[in-house]
Amino acid sequence: MLPTDFRLPKFLSEIGPKLPQRPWSDALCASLELARFTKQLEADFSFLEGRTLRIVIEDLGARATLRYVNGHFRPAAGDADADVSFRAATADYLKLLRRTEDPDTLFFQRKLRIEGDTELGLTLKNLLDSIEPPAWFSKLVA
Amino acid sequence: MRKPELVCPAGGLPALKAAVDNGADTVYMGLKDAATNARNFSGLNFDLSTARDGIRYAHGKGRKVLMAINTFAQAGEEPRWHKAIDTAAELGVDAVILADMGLLDYATRTHPQLRRHLSVQGSATNYEAINLCRDLFGIQRAVLPRVLTLPQVEHVIAHTDVEIEVFGFGSLCVMVEGRCLLSSYATGESPNTAGVCSPAKAVRWVETPSGTEARLSGILIDQYKADEPAGYPTLCKGRFEVNHETYYALEEPTSLNIVSALPDLLRIGVAAIKVEGRQRSPAYVAEVTRTLRAALDAACADPARFAPKPAWDAALGKVSEGQHVTLGAYLRPWK
Repeated sequence: MLPTDFRLPKFLSEIGPKLPQRPWSDALCASLELARFTKQLEADFSFLEGRTLRIVIEDLGARATLRYVNGHFRPAAGDADADVSFRAATADYLKLLRRTEDPDTLFFQRKLRIEGDTELGLTLKNLLDSIEPPAWFSKLVA
Repeated sequence: MRKPELVCPAGGLPALKAAVDNGADTVYMGLKDAATNARNFSGLNFDLSTARDGIRYAHGKGRKVLMAINTFAQAGEEPRWHKAIDTAAELGVDAVILADMGLLDYATRTHPQLRRHLSVQGSATNYEAINLCRDLFGIQRAVLPRVLTLPQVEHVIAHTDVEIEVFGFGSLCVMVEGRCLLSSYATGESPNTAGVCSPAKAVRWVETPSGTEARLSGILIDQYKADEPAGYPTLCKGRFEVNHETYYALEEPTSLNIVSALPDLLRIGVAAIKVEGRQRSPAYVAEVTRTLRAALDAACADPARFAPKPAWDAALGKVSEGQHVTLGAYLRPWK
């Protein structure tokens, strides 16, 4: 099991942004689409149609940008304008994925930041909160 | 001594299960419909299918489910609220939590067998108001606004046979429950009319070199430096310039925590202790429910020697809004 509180070495956040960002977007989209294809992520994402989301992993200097088009998550250009962006460190994203921390708590502590269309971000947060994660997923992030 | 019910929030099915699994006696929920409850956020709350699943889950484990229909019906649109009450009755919830007198009347006439609770939004702070509601609408429980001191709560309980529910944990607001229209000035919506203080569509956070700005309908309501804690983006919790000084002009973001007062609440006979936070995620619900369950059980087992455990304070402090937890009005010296 990974430790709960950590921050990746600082050089990563400095090198990271200089590396291609496309693989992060590709990997995230592929994971999401695979989860949906295998019916592990059954939720109505239609409110995202035509919208662009960005997830910034600060201590990794990584940013994934994705767009929901015609009912599918697609990687978008790293410099594309995002409708909503989330920023947090790896450890905090893991806490959210493990559901050991609630996003409001991280927000109060300034560890999770949201920019752009707040309603879109909140709808996404509430949608994810309404889904029960499959057992394999909980094991994966444990 | 009666053991108070622990009443916990559920904004969705996983939160409801988290509350039940961690020791809530009762959960409260709202419908995902047009603004009939005071936590009307996009994507939050229950549709018919998840409500049925949730009620089945809770009842299967011997717990109760309450349905909050606690906004005020807007003129000409009463059928929306009436339908929510009909839905609650059909779903078989254990009680509805209502604030609007017209809706209390509707529920009394249409579903006399359905238990009725007076919502905190009903703003009844004295036993005369509560007893009047009992006489008119047969309410069996009232949730007290968070403005009374412990002796005042005791006084209310001593003069009514209506069960009294009090808040035990969660974010505090300016506590003019049922009467607050403050956010309407900036957003056109308020908790009592549209079910939200700061509708998400009006909220923007902007990162600037001097910090994170919180804006509500474009109005700057606060600015946080890099490591300064944030609160919910509501007008009441904003910092404003008053006489050349910038500070929390209405209130500082703060959370209520009554753990240290549990023996008093037991002694005066509160029927239920409520946790705020239907907008929060299952992780919060699990943590707070587990902690208050342990604290309440310990207080009931030996009220005289009860002392809050540091671990409880740490768990509750961590998920709190603002840097402070307080006993709120319960322990203030003035009335």
